[in-house]
Amino acid sequence: MKNRVLMQGNEACVEGAIKAGMRFFAGYPITPSTEIAEQSAVRLPQVGGHFIQMEDEIASMAAIIGASAVGTKSMTATSGPGFSLKQENIGYACMTEIPCVIVDVQRSGPSTGLPTSPSQSDVMQARWGTHGDHSIIAISPSSVQECYHLAIRAFNLAEKYRTPVIFLMDEIVGHLREGIEIDDDENIEIIERKMKQRPDTLHLPYHVCEGEDVPRFHLTGYDIRYNITGLAHGADGFPTNNNEIAGQLVTRLMQKIEHNVDDIVQVEEKYCDDAETVIVCYGGTTRCVMSAVEELRAKGKKVGYFRPITIWPFPEKQLKALSEKVKNIIVAEHNYGQILLEVQRIVKNCKIGFVGKVDGTVIMPKEIVKAVEEVK
Amino acid sequence: MTKRLVVDPSWCKGCGICAEFCPKKVLKIVKEKVTVVNPDDCIKCGLCELRCPDYAIYIEEVRDEE
Amino acid sequence: MASELITKYMREEHLPHIWCPGCGHGILMRDVAQAVKNLGIDQEKVCLVSGIGCASRAAGYMDFQTMHTTHGRAIAFATGVKMARPDLEVIVIAGDGDCAAIGGNHLIHAARRNIGITVIVFNNDIYGMTGGQYSPTTPTGEFGTTAPYGNIDRPFDIAVLAAAAGASYVAKGTAYHATQTIKLIENGIKHKGFALIDCAGICATYYGRKNKKGSAVDMMKFQRDNTITVEQAKSLPREEREGKFILGKLVENDFPEFTDEYQKIIDRLKEGK
Repeated sequence: MKNRVLMQGNEACVEGAIKAGMRFFAGYPITPSTEIAEQSAVRLPQVGGHFIQMEDEIASMAAIIGASAVGTKSMTATSGPGFSLKQENIGYACMTEIPCVIVDVQRSGPSTGLPTSPSQSDVMQARWGTHGDHSIIAISPSSVQECYHLAIRAFNLAEKYRTPVIFLMDEIVGHLREGIEIDDDENIEIIERKMKQRPDTLHLPYHVCEGEDVPRFHLTGYDIRYNITGLAHGADGFPTNNNEIAGQLVTRLMQKIEHNVDDIVQVEEKYCDDAETVIVCYGGTTRCVMSAVEELRAKGKKVGYFRPITIWPFPEKQLKALSEKVKNIIVAEHNYGQILLEVQRIVKNCKIGFVGKVDGTVIMPKEIVKAVEEVK
Repeated sequence: MTKRLVVDPSWCKGCGICAEFCPKKVLKIVKEKVTVVNPDDCIKCGLCELRCPDYAIYIEEVRDEE
Repeated sequence: MASELITKYMREEHLPHIWCPGCGHGILMRDVAQAVKNLGIDQEKVCLVSGIGCASRAAGYMDFQTMHTTHGRAIAFATGVKMARPDLEVIVIAGDGDCAAIGGNHLIHAARRNIGITVIVFNNDIYGMTGGQYSPTTPTGEFGTTAPYGNIDRPFDIAVLAAAAGASYVAKGTAYHATQTIKLIENGIKHKGFALIDCAGICATYYGRKNKKGSAVDMMKFQRDNTITVEQAKSLPREEREGKFILGKLVENDFPEFTDEYQKIIDRLKEGK
C-alpha cells in the first residue's frame, strides 16, 4: 500500500532511514539540517529506537559509530561546518568498516557562510574530507521522494559495503515540500549485515571470505570478544606496524568500492538519446535544469541532462559513454566548479561549459537556457 | 592449598618497584631482571603482584600434593 | 606464563605491553581487571572503549569487547554503545590529555547526563605517547617539552571537574594504593550512573625525567608519602592540600541514569500515552 503524504525533504530522509532500520540518531543542531534531528527525536522512541542530542558534531559522529559497532543502524545529520568537524571520525568509520549514514544538507560556505542559502560546495569534502586514502559512497537526492527512497539505499549500501555513506543533500531539497509516496508494503529491499558463519573466522573480525570484498560481521557486544582500532590492523583486528598488512588493508578499502562501482552507481539520463548538448547536474540543481531542458526541447533544441544520483564513486563509465555521443556538456552546480573537475578529467572530446553560483542564490532555468543557447 | 611466588623474567622490564616495596626484602633486581634472593622470607603477601606494571611476578595457589 | 587474573582478563599473546619500565598504567590496568573479576561480570558484557594516547592502548590488551577510537572521543563513542546496548558494562580508559583536554567537552556532558559509563583516568600529568608535552593536569611550574620555561597553565583536578559537571560517582585512586584503587573502580563500575575514577599514575620516562622526580620507584615512594584520604583533605587548609594525592570517594549520588530515563519515554509511547 502506498500512502501519499506532504513532506519536507529533511523529514522524508528520516522516514526513509527508519524504514531502512535506523534505530539510533545522534546529532547537533545546525541549519539547514536541524529538522532531521527534530524529526528523529520524535520518531525514534516511537519505534523503540534512541535519539540523543550530543554536545557537539564530533561527539555525534562518534556516538553513531559506537552504536553501529554494537549492531544498531545509525545516522547523524549536519551541514558544512559540522561536516568538517565530523571528518576525523568519518575516517575512523572507513578504517574500522563500521556502517553509518551521515547526512550533509549543504549550505553556502566557506566557514559560517550563508547558513540558510543553498549550495553544493561540499562535494569534494564528501569525497576527500577525511585524511588518508579511503573510499566513500555519496548519494545526492533531487526530490523529496528521493530523500525517502535514497535514504533507504544509503543504509543498504552502508551495510553491504561496511562503509560510511554520505547522504549529500542540499538546502533546496532539504527544505522543499512535496507530496510523496511512502511505501508501506514489504517490497522495499532492506539489506541487513552479512554475518560470519564459519567458526574458524569468528575470531577474525576483518577476515574476508574468498570471492568477497567486504569482511562479514561478528558484532561487538555479543559472544565473541574482539578489538576495533583505527590503527592499521590485520584480520585479527589488532594494531600492526607490518607494512605489507597495512598496504593490503588500505588497498582493500579502496577496492571494495572500486570493484563494485556497477552495483553502487545510479544515474538518471533524460532526453540524451538525440541530444547535442547535455547538462550535467545533481541534487537540487536538477530542478532548475529540468525546467530549462523542457523549455529548450519545446523550442526544438536537442538538449538533455545527465544526473549522477551516486556522486561518489563518480559515474565515470556512464559519462564517458555519453560524451562520445554528444557535442557539448554543460555542468551546472551550486559551487565554483567541483563536479566540473571530474567532468573535465573524464570528458575528452566535447566542449565543456559551466554554470555555477557561489552567492547563495538559486541557479534559474533562464540561466541554463542562456548557457545552452550560447554554445556555438 | 599453598601459595607460591612465580617470576617470569621475560616480561620483567626491571623497574624495581616490586623489590623496593617488598616488606621482607625477598626480591632484588639483578642485571635488569627481578630475582628472588630470599625465598624463605616471602610471606606471599602479593604486594609485588599488585604493583608490578608488567605482570612479571605473582602469587600462585597450588594444590598440596597428597 | 602469567597469573590466572592476567590469563583470563588480558590478551596474553599481546603482552608484554608497550609501556615503559615502571609505567603506572600497567598497575592501573591490572586494577581494572581485578575490579571486573571481583564483580564477577562476564567478559562478553564489558565493552571497553578508549581514545588515543598511552592509556588508550589498554583496549588492545584487555580481553573484553574493545574499541580503540580517536583522540579524546572515547566517551562519545561509549555514549553510542551504551544507548544502543544499555545492558553492557561500558568502561572508558582515558589519559589526562585524552580525557580533559581534547575530550573535555565529552567528559563534562556525559557527566551532566549521568549516562551509565565508568571512566577510569590513567592520569600521569603528561602527554607520554608524543614525548612529554604538558597536559591539562601538569602542575603549574612543572616542565614539559612544550613548557621548557615552566608551565604557566593552571591544572584541572579532573575528579572535581567531573563532580561539578554532575557525575554521580567520583573517586580518586593512585598507582601505589592498588588495593584501595581496585575497590574504588569496583564501586564505580557497580554504580548505576556516570562514574569517574581519577587514578594518579606514574610516568618516569617523560614526566619524571623532565621534572627531576627520579625513577619510577622514587615516584611511587613520593606517591606513598604524599597521599591523604578524602576525609583528611577536607580538614586541611587549601595550602596544605597542594601537591597531595587524594585517595577515596568524593561523590556518590543516586541521580536518575540517562538510558533508564530514555527507556521510560519508549515505554510511555508504547502504552500510547
